[in-house]
Amino acid sequence: MDVLYFAWVRERIGLPRERIETSAATVSDLVEELRGREDRYAAAFADLSAIRVAVDQELGDFDSPLANAREVAFFPPMTGG
Amino acid sequence: MRVVVQAAPFDYGAECADFARDRTDMGAVVTFAGIVRGDGGLASMDIEHYPGMTEKALTAIAEEAAQRWSLGDVLVIHRHGPLRPGERIMMVATAAPHRRDAFEAADFLMDYLKSRAPFWKKERGTEGENWVAAKVADEDALTRW
Repeated sequence: MDVLYFAWVRERIGLPRERIETSAATVSDLVEELRGREDRYAAAFADLSAIRVAVDQELGDFDSPLANAREVAFFPPMTGG
Repeated sequence: MRVVVQAAPFDYGAECADFARDRTDMGAVVTFAGIVRGDGGLASMDIEHYPGMTEKALTAIAEEAAQRWSLGDVLVIHRHGPLRPGERIMMVATAAPHRRDAFEAADFLMDYLKSRAPFWKKERGTEGENWVAAKVADEDALTRW
């Protein structure tokens, strides 16, 4: 699955997207997996209340299932307009 | 309905003049432009977005507006990339038979664009650079609808 990062989440992790082989069932499971990888992921995901999620380009949450998901994105609250 | 996401500037005057110009059933057109403020020594604002999702989210918001109000047309243009103070970031336009629908739909579009369209703003200025934090008031504004 493709995992995308935007804004300061991208800066903390140090890359805009990566391909990850995972069997994570939910977004939460994926976050736990990423946190365990390296400090930069743990730093980016330290405060989940500051992070929003999209699964296949639709807004979701940390309980969203990842079955058949092709793309997951993590980013701060949006500031359009 | 037209949704445009682009880095290049847009011609606000021409967009306003063209919008719903051939409609004789639309008695009200509301246009709104968002402009980069030069507060606090701001030199530039970089707008990052999520290509693909941005267009989908903006289209969904415009479709929602068209369902809730009696609209003849909707236009949303939003830029990304580096912008300087005074530049137009985005615009919305709504056309309706009567003004109340046009005003309310434009207001709704702006509230949703603020917190439900995947854009992020980074300010660069005399005090370094920082990501603009989302405002609680902007999230609260959604409860109006």
